[in-house]
Amino acid sequence: MATLRFDAQKCNLCGLCLEKCPFNALEMGEKGIIENEKCRMCGVCIKVCAQKALSFEQKASKAEVDKNKWKGILIYAEQEEGEIHPVVYELIGEARRLGEKVGYDVYAVIVGGKGTNKNAKKLIPYGVKKVFSYEHTGFDGFKTDCYTDAISDCIASLKPSVVLIGATALGRSLAPRLSVRFHTGLTADCTKLDIKPNTDLVQVRPAFGGNIMAQILISRSRPQFSTVRYKVMDKAKKVENPDGEVVIVPVTDDMAHSAVKVLNIEHINRTKSIEEEDVLVVAGRGAKNDVEMVRELATELGGQLAFTRPMAESGFGDNAHQIGLSGRTVKPKLIITCGVSGAIQFTAGMNAAECIIAINTDPEALIFNIANYCIVDDLYKVVPNLIKKIKDAKNMED
Amino acid sequence: MKIIVCMKQVPASSKVEIDEETGTLKRLGSDTKANPYDLYALEAALKIREKHGGTVTALTMGPKQAEEMMKDAYMCGADDAVVLSDLKFAGSDVLATSYTLSQGILLIGEADVIICGRQTTDGDTAQIGPAIAEHLNMPHAAWVSEILEIKEKSIVVKQDLASVSQISEMPFPCLITVDKDINVPRLPSYILKKETADKTVRFYAFDDLPDNDLSRYGLVGSPTNVEKMFAPPVNEKKIFLEGSDKEKTEKIFEILSAGKFI
Ligand SMILES: Cc1cc2nc3c(=O)[nH]c(=O)nc-3n(C[C@H](O)[C@H](O)[C@H](O)COP(=O)(O)OP(=O)(O)OC[C@H]3O[C@@H](n4cnc5c(N)ncnc54)[C@H](O)[C@@H]3O)c2cc1C
Ligand SMILES: Nc1ncnc2c1ncn2[C@@H]1O[C@H](COP(=O)(O)O)[C@@H](O)[C@H]1O
Repeated sequence: MATLRFDAQKCNLCGLCLEKCPFNALEMGEKGIIENEKCRMCGVCIKVCAQKALSFEQKASKAEVDKNKWKGILIYAEQEEGEIHPVVYELIGEARRLGEKVGYDVYAVIVGGKGTNKNAKKLIPYGVKKVFSYEHTGFDGFKTDCYTDAISDCIASLKPSVVLIGATALGRSLAPRLSVRFHTGLTADCTKLDIKPNTDLVQVRPAFGGNIMAQILISRSRPQFSTVRYKVMDKAKKVENPDGEVVIVPVTDDMAHSAVKVLNIEHINRTKSIEEEDVLVVAGRGAKNDVEMVRELATELGGQLAFTRPMAESGFGDNAHQIGLSGRTVKPKLIITCGVSGAIQFTAGMNAAECIIAINTDPEALIFNIANYCIVDDLYKVVPNLIKKIKDAKNMED
Repeated sequence: MKIIVCMKQVPASSKVEIDEETGTLKRLGSDTKANPYDLYALEAALKIREKHGGTVTALTMGPKQAEEMMKDAYMCGADDAVVLSDLKFAGSDVLATSYTLSQGILLIGEADVIICGRQTTDGDTAQIGPAIAEHLNMPHAAWVSEILEIKEKSIVVKQDLASVSQISEMPFPCLITVDKDINVPRLPSYILKKETADKTVRFYAFDDLPDNDLSRYGLVGSPTNVEKMFAPPVNEKKIFLEGSDKEKTEKIFEILSAGKFI
């Protein structure tokens, strides 16, 4: 794998690249700078060259890759505001499931400012073999260029067959750079993965706004990159006798240097509209005696409360929170209707939801015609029970 | 200030159907439109030009019909429009598309800022922008929700990330991908339509690009291949939960857990 391209015309022979290379991987050859097998594609030489004489060679070699040289599954452990992003545990769970099929170990790479090495340890109980940790204050904030350098460094030394990255704002900005640097394929926003006995990753993703699913392979090159949608894979469970280790990788200032200057980072509390919400709980006229209880269910599920028209008209909510013909059209992943009869003017605004759960005392209620799960019962019993169960489950996890 | 905006022509409707027998897309309607997200990118570029001068070049890779979209870009106020069109580019995935566009950017030359939309409505990947930046070895900022300042040699932007917003400064040349709602795209103007009626769209083919290594373009230069396409599974299942209210709650809880809602 050629990694560097050298432009002799631009080089002024300053030798800084040879001096700064953390791996002693550069040599001054007959025709200029060449890299030896120690090169980890970290990009330090490219960063320090003021002449821009060096760049990454992004061309795959013609020969078919030797798939046996690329082993294991690497996941990227994203951090969000100093914490491990929950998608990471899903990636580990999925990586272990795939790894078992072909005898691959699961590795993780984590990059960030202070606290990164500490967070790295948190992954060990979940059955990760090695966590490669790159901690440096230069990695504070969201800077895809130096993150790419650090993760490339890890990939070049580990040579994983598969790299899984969360399809988050950060992941989707990072993964394309990595896959280009390794001149290989990347499948975005996968919702289902499998692995063939020959280690080819089978990647399924929605296209055309979810109207079509595409099944994609990267069979001629390695590593195989996927970004994986958050909240679709099963979280990893802790293993009985974790035997993994954290590898703290030394990071130089040059390696953590970024062209991007982060001037400010601010936490945002965004208020989503009900159209953007993944989870909605609807209070119909049957719930008018305790709307706050229904709201609590919505909050526990990380979603929002919405209303039928009579409820909005009685002042429980505004038009922006009313579903239906004269309200909003929604398409959430989950909608739970509480005390809603299911008139056509209402269902027209929500029947495209992926999963509909309806609670109504009347077995003949129209809502049951479109619901996937039908609960003929008193919402004032079912909803409090459910809230309690969810709270108990959350406490168990902490 | 030289700005290049990457725009793609996409099918007018995203309602596509699968041919059950062949497992491929049924012929898409021939109706096309500019990728709606790219109109925000064009508008962002035009706004920068209004304030700071310079030129705006619209760039696309696609079939000859893309000329139509480029005429619209002229009507909105673009100074220059470039279409990279060649059968050799057919079948390009992210790697090959972004490489071809990066070659087009080198061909146009001397860009200070490259602006992409957040994603396309057909490919839906949001990957082309960052991939172009890597090919050109320049920094990028994705999900830009506001352009705060243009300085002599750098740009300051606000990025909307899931739980935080970040203000970043990057030196030229650099690339940004802009979110929708960053602005309100203008409509093509009738006056500009008259003025630009004779303005030609520049076409370039494979031979015109700086790198003439065929193995990097089109199907050959694409490491991913689509094995098959299929319609998404529909949830038509209907289940009446039975038992006491406690048991029903138990069952809802299981359904919610399995669906990762808890
Ligand atoms: C032109 C037009 C436009 C309209 N637009 C809209 C619109 O945009 N949105 C909209 O919502 N409506 C709209 N409507 C009104 C719509 O036709 C219905 O009247 C309305 O949706 C009914 O609201 P609901 O289900 O909350 O109330 P109801 O129909 O009164 O239903 C209440 C339900 O709660 C159940 N229930 C009662 N107590 C309990 C309990 N303890 N536990 C469980 N279940 C219980 C009952 O069995 C009943 O099925 C429109 C109507 C017209 C004519
Ligand atoms: N064929 C193309 N020609 C020009 N620009 C493109 C093309 N494909 C993608 N882009 C740009 O890259 C962005 C992201 O596209 P995608 O990765 O396909 O979601 C788009 O909004 C465009 O700005």
